[in-house]
Amino acid sequence: MTHPCIVTLDRKSAPRVLFSGNRLVEVDLPAGTRVIYPKPPLEGLKDPDSAIRYAINHPYNREPLYALLRPGMKVVIAMDDISLPLPPMKRPDVRERVLTIVLQLLADHGVDDVEIIIATSVHRKMTGPEVRHCVGDRIFDAYWPKRLYNHDAEDRDNMAFVGETDLGERVVLNKRAVESDLLIYVNLNLVPMDGGHKSVAVGLCGYESLKAHHNPKVMRNCHSYMDPKTSELNTIVERMGKVTNQVLKVFTIETTVNNRMFDRPLGFLHKNEDDWTSNEKLSWKALQFTLDRTPAEARQKIFEKVPSPFELTGVYAGETEAVHAHTLKRCFEQYCVPVEGQADILVSGIPYVSPYNVNAFLNPLLVQVMAQGYLFNMYRGRPLVKKGGTMIITHPCTDRFDHAQHAPYVEFVHRLLPETRDAMQLHKRFESEFAAHPAYLQMYRRGNAYHPVHAFFMWYWGEAGRQHVGRVIVVGADNAYIPQVLGYETARSMHEALEMAKDSAPPNPQITCMHLPPIVMADMVAPRGVAT
Amino acid sequence: MAASYFDVDGTLVRTNLVHPTLFYLLNQATPARTLARLGGALLRAPLLALAELRDRRAFNEELYMLFRGMSEDRLHALADEAVDKVLRPAIFQGSKDLIRRSKDLGHQVVICSGALDFLMRPLARELGADDIIANRLEFKEGYASGRMLPPVVAGPAKALLLREHARTHGHRLDDCFAYSDSYSDVPMLSVVGHPSAVNPDAALLRLAHAHRWPVVHLDRTP
Repeated sequence: MTHPCIVTLDRKSAPRVLFSGNRLVEVDLPAGTRVIYPKPPLEGLKDPDSAIRYAINHPYNREPLYALLRPGMKVVIAMDDISLPLPPMKRPDVRERVLTIVLQLLADHGVDDVEIIIATSVHRKMTGPEVRHCVGDRIFDAYWPKRLYNHDAEDRDNMAFVGETDLGERVVLNKRAVESDLLIYVNLNLVPMDGGHKSVAVGLCGYESLKAHHNPKVMRNCHSYMDPKTSELNTIVERMGKVTNQVLKVFTIETTVNNRMFDRPLGFLHKNEDDWTSNEKLSWKALQFTLDRTPAEARQKIFEKVPSPFELTGVYAGETEAVHAHTLKRCFEQYCVPVEGQADILVSGIPYVSPYNVNAFLNPLLVQVMAQGYLFNMYRGRPLVKKGGTMIITHPCTDRFDHAQHAPYVEFVHRLLPETRDAMQLHKRFESEFAAHPAYLQMYRRGNAYHPVHAFFMWYWGEAGRQHVGRVIVVGADNAYIPQVLGYETARSMHEALEMAKDSAPPNPQITCMHLPPIVMADMVAPRGVAT
Repeated sequence: MAASYFDVDGTLVRTNLVHPTLFYLLNQATPARTLARLGGALLRAPLLALAELRDRRAFNEELYMLFRGMSEDRLHALADEAVDKVLRPAIFQGSKDLIRRSKDLGHQVVICSGALDFLMRPLARELGADDIIANRLEFKEGYASGRMLPPVVAGPAKALLLREHARTHGHRLDDCFAYSDSYSDVPMLSVVGHPSAVNPDAALLRLAHAHRWPVVHLDRTP
């Protein structure tokens, strides 16, 4: 019996509603198409604050947090940045809840020397209002900006060498964190590739450490990013994390949330279109009418303004690896849908938001990240699409970039990609030039721009997908140039895209539609009778 | 090797040409001379305002007339103090970092400013720059005439001087970087392969966005 989240369409099935950037489009998919829906949201914890207190008092493989504290000690609390969760959640954010309890505990034990560092790595710095949203008014007013600040991976005077792995990977981290007596990490684990050793060993590092694993060679050997056991990226990060934890005293607090991404008025987007009630059908028509008549800029703003009603589903504390094992279990429980057999053609909508464009436009490079990076990697076992298969995505691929956040991306897309799409070539020929670009580095350090090498990492992020997928066809692109630069084909309609895809597919191809967001992951098993 | 060319006023320091000029006016040999110089400057203020509206070169010409009659010795002797008291405290927090990172690339760092050479030399030392392109006053019998010696460094002429400098030193313009805060420096920014707007005025910001040039704010805390 198939999982209830998998629906096979017949001739009477309603069109499916997919994201296409900041619009929603109806697409007709042929009978026999398999549509994979996200699991319903897990039930949120009834009393999140008590759960947080319980977790830090009953940690895994570590003494309780209170037992690690002594008056006068130097403590750093590091926390995840705005890339998690997506979209940003309603207040209070999970981090505010955890920080409030932890800071009170520290104060009760006479620990005053506390700094909170937002573990941005080479992501953009969060703005004051974004930090306020994340940590709440009370903590923001008390700590920002002197004792609550963004990590700066390019502040050479404030990075410290921690050690080296057996394979020569150098761990260089935020100096204040390294010199603290205790480092508490407050994580929000949205997807299985988050958290664990990645929190400290990536969140607080700089380019020197990142290049050990954020490179095309490593990315090609991740099967998938979302399954840490088979991700080379995760293997290297774990190696570096172990070195970190030998030197630093780290107390990890990880949290999981459910996938309640849309609040009640948009709750129907979680559901099978055939099961929509009359009211939900009306809501959809009203939403479609409104979005179609709203300028693109305003549509983006509307989506950005609506926070998600995520609920806390788990809190785990203690030693990093022990904690993360529990976190991963909870994540997989929320996202994994068992799927039998790979698809020849995979269809998916690309939404308006990714981890790297909160409060900005999803630019072309990030469209690629969403398609061949995130969506392709939403599997355990084997990819949802067969080797050499076709991905069909819906997105306008508009040639638009947020200048403050993504300036280096522009040069990457318009100067480098027309020269080569080969990630190895890009890595060898251009990465070091960007990494030292004085103006881009100042934009990262003093503004809210991503580090210049981040554009390269974004391209490498799609590398495993690029190596595996034969073709990508875009439906609804508003220009031909960007898809061409990205190596994509274009189609005017889903029907046309499917006809194009069939040219390189076997007869009667298996078509699968990944219906997200919210997040869903395929737990891929071979069809019955087929050996894996 | 390539070079990085930096405008100064508003780009690397928050002061403009008027600030060090005022320092000189206020530091004359006697209080009476100071008063006389200030009075003269006040009388010229409307001309300066008009010149600023016309173009940058005209403004520089009017401004430097205020130096007329000052001795070369005194101008040079006071230069270090002017840099110490006026320019050094006005250096933006990120300026030295930006210059250091340019040097890390192996670039020759060149200050390209409409300010006067005897002020730019000590400032270049302070910032770690290697060379200057700056205006020079004409001196007759040891006293400033108030006129500038050609070539005058201002507006479009900066682009020509930058080209000349690059050619003389064997730099490929495509590999060079340039930084400025002002729309009047668009010619200078346009001749290099890597232009950047730094703390830009509104017009330059619009242009930088249109051409997708990096926009840097050195005055912001990291």
